[in-house]
Amino acid sequence: MSVMTHLPADLHRLEAEAIFILREVVAECRKPVMLYSIGKDSSVMLHLARKAFYPAKLPFPLLHVDTTWKFRDMIRFRDETAERLGLELIVHVNRAGVEQGINPIQHGSAAYTGVMKTDALKQALTAHGFDAAFGGARRDEELSRSKERVFSFRSKNHVWDPRNQRPELWNVFNCRIAPGESIRVFPLSNWTELDVWRYIEYEDIPVVPLYLAARRSVVRRGGNLIMVDDARLPIGADEVVQEVAVRFRTLGCYPLTGAIESSATTVGDIVRELETASTSERQGRLIDFDQAGSMERKKREGYF
Amino acid sequence: MKAISDPKSKPPSGLSADPVQRDLLRLITCGSVDDGKSTLIGRLLLDCGAVFEDRRQALERDSKVVGTTGDALDAALLLDGLQAEREQGITIDVGYHHFATPRRRFIIADTPGHLHYTRNMVTGASNADLAVLLVDAGKEMLEQTQRHSFICALLGIRDIILAVNKMDLVNFEESVFNRIRDVFARFSASLHFRSVVAIPTSAVQGDNVTRRSERMAWYDGPTLLAQLEAVEINPDAPQRPFRMPVQWVNRPDAAFRGYAGTVASGELRPGDEVLVSRTNVRTRIERIVSMDGDLARVGAGDAVTVLLADDIDVSRGDVLATPDKPLQVADAFACDLVWMSEAPLLPGRSYLLKCGSRTVGATVTTLKYRVDVANFAHLAARQLELNEIAYVNIATVEPIAVDPYQENRTTGGFVLIDRLTNETVGAGMIRFGLNRSANIHHADFDVTKAARAQLNGQRPIILWFTGLSGAGKSAIANLLERKLYALGKRTYLLDGDNVRQGLNRDLGFTEADRVENVRRVAETAKLFVDAGLITLVALISPFRAERRMARAIVAEGEFVEIFVDTPVEICEQRDPKGLYRKARRGEFRNFTGIDSPYERPENSELTLDTSAESAEQLADRIVQYLRRRGALD
Repeated sequence: MSVMTHLPADLHRLEAEAIFILREVVAECRKPVMLYSIGKDSSVMLHLARKAFYPAKLPFPLLHVDTTWKFRDMIRFRDETAERLGLELIVHVNRAGVEQGINPIQHGSAAYTGVMKTDALKQALTAHGFDAAFGGARRDEELSRSKERVFSFRSKNHVWDPRNQRPELWNVFNCRIAPGESIRVFPLSNWTELDVWRYIEYEDIPVVPLYLAARRSVVRRGGNLIMVDDARLPIGADEVVQEVAVRFRTLGCYPLTGAIESSATTVGDIVRELETASTSERQGRLIDFDQAGSMERKKREGYF
Repeated sequence: MKAISDPKSKPPSGLSADPVQRDLLRLITCGSVDDGKSTLIGRLLLDCGAVFEDRRQALERDSKVVGTTGDALDAALLLDGLQAEREQGITIDVGYHHFATPRRRFIIADTPGHLHYTRNMVTGASNADLAVLLVDAGKEMLEQTQRHSFICALLGIRDIILAVNKMDLVNFEESVFNRIRDVFARFSASLHFRSVVAIPTSAVQGDNVTRRSERMAWYDGPTLLAQLEAVEINPDAPQRPFRMPVQWVNRPDAAFRGYAGTVASGELRPGDEVLVSRTNVRTRIERIVSMDGDLARVGAGDAVTVLLADDIDVSRGDVLATPDKPLQVADAFACDLVWMSEAPLLPGRSYLLKCGSRTVGATVTTLKYRVDVANFAHLAARQLELNEIAYVNIATVEPIAVDPYQENRTTGGFVLIDRLTNETVGAGMIRFGLNRSANIHHADFDVTKAARAQLNGQRPIILWFTGLSGAGKSAIANLLERKLYALGKRTYLLDGDNVRQGLNRDLGFTEADRVENVRRVAETAKLFVDAGLITLVALISPFRAERRMARAIVAEGEFVEIFVDTPVEICEQRDPKGLYRKARRGEFRNFTGIDSPYERPENSELTLDTSAESAEQLADRIVQYLRRRGALD
């Protein structure tokens, strides 16, 4: 019988479950890190971690893999959050990728993501010797994630072996690994997109303003609304930059992230919008559609 | 900066339709694809609006192309991602699906596949409050349903829904339903479920899944969804005693020492008296701390941080409990064990046991019987294979605090972990502590190991020779013992072949017997070391786990592993006992190096290359090594 909170019973249970997972990793792993993507899921995960270890400071740093193509608002929000909460923030950029001029516009989302996200993440994890990394992935995001474990084990080369996963019984997690191996841990596994927003509303958690509707400069491209966040986005001769009231359901690299037309200007509006939503959240993510079975492949290669 | 402008005092907007006390039911569905399980789950997801429009459109397209339901939506295709991945050989133990109604939200654990079904189902059932057992109305009650019922009962699921599906194939006939319901009631009586509700369904058209079937007017019970909404979750939870495994000690500075953990059962308020299970020390809860301020009361499932009134020894792995109903503290337990690894369970082998936040070394000491889950029969067993279930005794190297699993899943459930591969190899459910530690005391005597060693003028040590049959272990050990004797040292040589004619006469050459063989020799060697002797062991001892165990039971520095590294080809050429020839002819099985594995040592103190030096030279090298270590002083 849960008795302590202003939260609805279901959110309270999800919160407690996530806090348990965060603490278990800190208790058992040598050097954990939290992967901080600046998105709503990361905001929730960070909030849960602050609760889990209160009044102590977070017993691990945050790692942001910066592709150099994130929305400007995201970077501003990231730096303000780190400052406000006194966090240890590591920002990693794949310098080799930048020097080669790898970008999402000329190289296609698959090649670009491979170099600037997957490779970059592996570089950072190896360089710092992290043995466990928290990620904000949820099982409801995509069908292939519905049977994702909470603890996902990676070999020395960060490769996920889907044939060799550990069964997870009760809340007894086996965190043991050999030297050089690492674990990806997903404390929000059982949350849905609606849970995340409801929790943000109840707990009054700050999020990047791009999630809320505002008039923004966008172009229509392949059925998606792409925001013109800076001058690097080439505008075709037949394309028109329009001011449209839009918001984002997920945030990533701006040329790869589609906006939706929306009038939701508060978190409460988003919750209401989602309760009647008709499309799934990943529809705005261009990288999911670039190859058949693409999420599965990215995961095996080390992408989250 | 904040993107939220709503002041905190205002009730959250947009949540007016959100019932604050909507709770969460976790359930597992059991049955095969042939019983219409995917269709049933797909139907629940579709009818409860858990499927977004884009996925629904994709489903409509797929239904027309590959569906089996004509123009109607084929709900089973919603779960098809799993199918595709199964074909790629990805291990899927459990898939989780979410849906909600205004009254309750649900997480379905779906365990696909026939392969490894027991392991998968046990994993899914470990967190489930309720099970939906699917049976095909057109078939006889299958062995499979008995198997599922048994596993549900074993994992502590007390509420069952028996969905008698595919009623459309038997013309919605009441008598068919009644017969299946009655057969189930008879055989499940011994499993003591709290509630069993049988429901006739036809998942393809949705009859009695989420809406009442007009075609089965004779049925006046609830629909599947109505029953899922109505069943009481953990009705006996309020009466359970307080337990909280300490997960993490929170020490931001010298002034604050908090104990973080998740309440496994019961309630807790500041001022409550608690008992630390390991040390049996009582104290009082001073505060329950949270980021939102101190809490006046917490309950099962809450993740909390508590401050204790007294400055006492508490660490991760301890359990805080109510003093009037403490946990059992023991180092031996009777328990049910499900084996989850391709490598068999070997009694005598040392594993790691993780229960709550406690991890300790553990050994299965007795395999009492294996259960045939199809008919609940008890079978004799010497080892346990993947997906087998047994009733066993387990011993831990230190006492741990536990409850019977049927009273508390958190303090009564554990996993076993392989020490070398780190794989999760078993899941256990404690029945009761054997209190061995309370009945058998270690006696201490006045003449100690050190005193005996001093009298002998030497440092007792185990020299453990491992290697293939015919590698030269006994020959080198024999020469070494002669040299030590000549130096006036007191020794004993335990030889594998000789031991098997006496102490281990009852053991064969299966993996389980080899493990026991090594365990007994290791324990004997330990006694000889205690007696002050330099103890030579010449034993194939093919597995790292047992060699590691032999090292672990004596003091640091008392064990020297000597790897007699002779390639199998050379051993086979020498074949001093003619065993390789016999093994090659198939006259016996499980011969190390031929059809049974030898795990090469990774960190042995000495490695002897018999092709480079003679046995005499190698024995001299060991004497030099012992001198360097001061073992002969």
